[in-house]
Parts: sequence; C-alpha cells; structure tokens
Amino acid sequence: MMFESPSRSVSDEAALQVTDLTIRYATDGGDVHAVEALNLTLKRGEVLGLIGESGCGKSTAAYGMLRLLQAPGRVTRGAVRLEGEDLLSLSDRALRRRRWSKAALIPQGAMNSLNPTMTVGAMFNATMKAHGYPAGGRARRLGELLEKVGLPLRAAELYPHELSGGMKQRVCIALAITLDPVLVIADEPTSALDVVVQRTVVQTLVAVQRERGLSMILIGHDLGLLAQAADRIAVMYAGRLVECAPLAEILNAPRHPYTQMLLDSVPTIGRQADPDRAPGGIAHDPRNPPPGCIFQLRCPMAQQLCRDRAPAWTGNLAHGVACHFAPESTVTS
Amino acid sequence: MTTPLLELRGLTRTYPSTSGRHGSPLVALDDFSLTIDAERPKIIAIVGESGSGKTTLANLVLGFDKPSAGTILFDGAPLKLTGSREKRSYRRNVQAVFQDPFAAFNPFYRVRHIFNLAARSFGIDKAGSESVEAALNAVGLSGADVLDKHPHQLSGGQRQRIMIARALVVQPRLIVADEPVSMVDASLRSTILAVLERLKQQGISFIYITHDLSTVWQYADEVHVLYRGRLMECGPAQQVIEAPKHPYVRLLVDSVPPLERNDKWLQPVPAPEHPTGRGEVGCPFVASCPHGWELCRSKTPELVSARGFPERRVACHLFDEEPQSWRR
Repeated sequence: MMFESPSRSVSDEAALQVTDLTIRYATDGGDVHAVEALNLTLKRGEVLGLIGESGCGKSTAAYGMLRLLQAPGRVTRGAVRLEGEDLLSLSDRALRRRRWSKAALIPQGAMNSLNPTMTVGAMFNATMKAHGYPAGGRARRLGELLEKVGLPLRAAELYPHELSGGMKQRVCIALAITLDPVLVIADEPTSALDVVVQRTVVQTLVAVQRERGLSMILIGHDLGLLAQAADRIAVMYAGRLVECAPLAEILNAPRHPYTQMLLDSVPTIGRQADPDRAPGGIAHDPRNPPPGCIFQLRCPMAQQLCRDRAPAWTGNLAHGVACHFAPESTVTS
Repeated sequence: MTTPLLELRGLTRTYPSTSGRHGSPLVALDDFSLTIDAERPKIIAIVGESGSGKTTLANLVLGFDKPSAGTILFDGAPLKLTGSREKRSYRRNVQAVFQDPFAAFNPFYRVRHIFNLAARSFGIDKAGSESVEAALNAVGLSGADVLDKHPHQLSGGQRQRIMIARALVVQPRLIVADEPVSMVDASLRSTILAVLERLKQQGISFIYITHDLSTVWQYADEVHVLYRGRLMECGPAQQVIEAPKHPYVRLLVDSVPPLERNDKWLQPVPAPEHPTGRGEVGCPFVASCPHGWELCRSKTPELVSARGFPERRVACHLFDEEPQSWRR
C-alpha cells in the first residue's frame, strides 16, 4: 500500500464528482428536504469553499458524501465519485478501507471529537493500525505529522484536556492526513477559536493542503475566512446549490441575489454591513419547499416567473448559477 | 461633571493557584478601570481572546463575582449586593445577555414563560402586555409570532433577539452582552448588533464583550483590548482598529480575515503562546512581540495617552519611547 506520494498540484482531472445528491430527514410531519439534487465537482489539489447559513444543508451534504449520515437522515439519490469510484455504492467493508486513506473528515467542533481517554499518540496509532500501516513506520509517521501541523513531539504523550483549542484542532488536521487521503472535508474547522489562533490553524490547513496537493472542501459561514483558502465558492440555500464560481467572481460580481445579500450583510473592517440586507434564515417549511425558485420568499427581486418555475442551473458543474435573472458571468472558467 | 453611570477603579480579580498552596495565584483581571457616562450612552467593546479576562470583567460588573481589589461605583455609590433587595434593584438597572442562545432557554417552556418570570421577579407586566410587546418590537419581533413558540421552533438569531428583549422589559440602563453574536451566522450578526445600536439611541449603554473586531469597528463607540488580564490599548473603536498602536492589537487586527484574498494573511505570525506568568513584572505580550526588548521584560509598561488623543491609551514601552515608529 502506498502512503506517501509526491506532491501534487491542481490538475484538470476531477478528484471528486457529486451528482444529484439528495438527502432527506424523516420527521413525523414528513420528510425534510435537507439536500436537493446537489452537483459538485472538485479537481485534484483544488479547495472548494461551501458556504450558507445554519440549516442550509452544507454539513449534511458533507456527511452524506462520506456516508456518515445518521438516522433519520438518509441519502435517497445520487452518486459521489471519488477518483471515479462511487462511495455510495461500495460495500461497508470496502468503504471502511477508503475512509481516512482516500477521504477524511475534520468534523465541526473537532476539538471535542477527540477521545478523552487516549493520548494523542495512541489515537494516531489506533488509526494507523486499523488501516494496516506497517508497525515499524508508525512512530516516524507520527513525528512527521506532528511537525507538519506545528505541534511539538511531546504532544504525542498528552491527553486532549491538556491541549489548547488550537492544538486540538491541529491534532485533528494531522489525523485527517495520516493516511495521505485524496480528499479532506473540513466542516467549520475554526468556528470556536480566537481570531489569532484561527489564523494560525487555517495557515496550517492550507500549508498541508498545498504540500500534499489535497482536494479539499472547506465548509463555513464566514466568507472572509473562506476567501483566504478557497479557489472556488459554492453557495447553498435551503438544501440547494444556488451559485458556484471562482472566488473572485463571488466576491466582486456575484450573480445570485442570495450571494449578493450574504456579501452585503457581513461586517468587515473598513466597510459597513447593511443589516437590512441580511437574508435572515430559511423562510419556508423545509418539509414543504415552495414550487418555483427556492429563494423566492427572501428574494428582493422575485417575480411571478420565480414563483411559477424553478430556475435551471446555467453553466457547468464548476461554475454556474440558478436564477432566472442572473447576469452573464464576468469570467470564463 | 455629572456622576458617571458606572465607574470601575483598579478592578483586579485573582484566583487561588491551581497548582497547590505554593503556586502563585492566577491574575484573571489586573488593575482595570473604566468609566461609563450617564448622559451619553455608548457601546463599549471589551475585546480579547480566551483567558484575557473579559468574562471575569462581565461577572464582576454583573455582581456574580467580587473583585479581589479595586472598586465598582454605580451611580456614584460603591456596589453593595448583600441583600436580595439590593441585588434586585441593581438587576433592574444592569442586565445581561449571554453567548449561547441555545443554552439560555429552558426547552420545556414557551417563550412567554421567560417574560412571565421577569414579571414575577420585578413586579412588571406579564407577557402579552404592551411593555413586553414594545420590547419585542424593539428587537424586530412581535409577540404573536414568538410568545407561544418553544425555543426549538426559533432560529439562533431569533432566540438571541428574544434574550435582548427579555433584558429590555425591566428598562435597564446598562446591558452587559457577553459574546452575544459569536454563535450566530456571520450574515445575521449585523441584524442583532443594529438592535443594540438602536437601543443605545434610546438611552441604554452596553458593555459588548467579543473577539470579533469587524463588528466592533462598525458598532462600538469605544474599545478596550485585554491580553492575559491586562489592558493593552483603549480608545475610540474605529481609531484603534484602523491604526492600532500596540503590537498585540496590530496582530489581532491583522488576523481578521478580510473580504478578499490576501496572501499576507496566510503568512505565519508569532505563535500566540503564553510563556510568561500572569501578574508578573514585564509586558504580558513580550514573548510573542516582534518588537520585544529588555525593558519589556524588566518593567511593566504603564498606560500612556497618545499625543493629542487623551482618550486613547496604550500600554507599551515602544510607544512611549518612539511614538514616531508607530505610524503604519
């Protein structure tokens, strides 16, 4: 088995291709439409920022891709091809072998996801052992990984409660890359950290991503933070992808009214946020989305057409928008 | 000069050592002073990272904890919260809004219960009354929409606005808001903080505790930056954030991700380690400071005013010695 490969850079080959991913949560009052026909593509070495408000389905989509959803959530349709292989149709045994070694997750609140009864070193050992990493190389690999994420070697002997929040987050990053995966999904990896620590953790994450040429999905609701790491941004609203475009276009010339509102409502040093432009959450009952455009109830530009007919996705998987009135793109992809 | 609403003088809180009798005590807040004018309501931001003492400060002002040294004057009189009558009357004047809009509600009760509890404690009108409706309207909600809901039926932003409305019904003069938007989506933060701004115009002052400098820049009048229990720099919020004088504040401001790609943001910064002891001689930031020198280790920098700006103060030897070098 290969655990080390030469550094990779962005290439045109798609590492991940998500098609028609649809996820439902069963509730007494009917199924919640958590993710609806999601299409995404991710090249080798590319970082995709996945943004949206709480409850828009961004974390659910990530868990669905990795088959980590728990009941009452279930994937009802779709395919998740990682290097051409559909994760959703693998046997459980085959899937277990792909986890960590092909696709790894840095969960939300990763700092609380470490096992409090194990030292950091023991956690790495358990992971490597479970995936058949040769026993003789484990100690060396652990040393390498800790160094990569800027932790001292003695961290291996510490328990999670002896580490600061930023250090725990580094442990989670190191764990995720232990088996040199192709894809890492980081779900709000810095949401509970102080601003300086957040910066150093994102620096570490990006350094590791670039060095290994990882394909990465970075989930968050802070556009400024995603902007520092992502090549492309995908915007979700109420379970649907509404826009996906290169970072510069999202920041400078967003085409979907929802993206524009997200941008206008975020406070930034040197630019006043407009509280009246805050999208203010999902307006409809998620069990019963309205016919037509998913954003019609929040959209300042909604017309009769938007209520009658859902806009089709225009563009391609990597770069497009779902709005009847979207202007032409300013960049070619 | 009129009597200030709240005056903190040399407020210090130390906790006994966690490492046995012989360890040195932990100084959570060290010699902190602040004055809140009674005539001109303000939003005063207290900024700092975990362990900087900002929540200790909130607990002292709210009367949940007592200072080890220093005094708190409210309306000119030293704060005394021995009896329940005194506590209640202070609580009518000074209210709190906390960080977690999910933990602050009892999931068994409808929203009206919160207002009824306040009504019982303070002898004011119950949910459904005009005053409760006015408080809800002030935060952009209406009683008909929320009073009969359970907490799980509301979004985080709505819950946090209800917490503010709950603080409002007793008509306080000061609200201590401890990280009120850190658990709310970035796009909703401005909606909630705009409420604070509106209430300020109606005469309520705020102590806004946060680590989010972007919202401080937009909404606060004054900012006080704490590091490991000590005040590093204070002054008018926009001035301090746009041109910080203290190297620590500079680091904080530079660490806020801008709304554009900035490759400098990804360049390594000095690790925010905490090697020096608290309350010891010297600047608490010296170990991570790119400009640290011998004097910073041997002498604790005092707060000095920036020339021409008496309300702007900085605790840094370099600033004292060479003000010119602090131009951006």
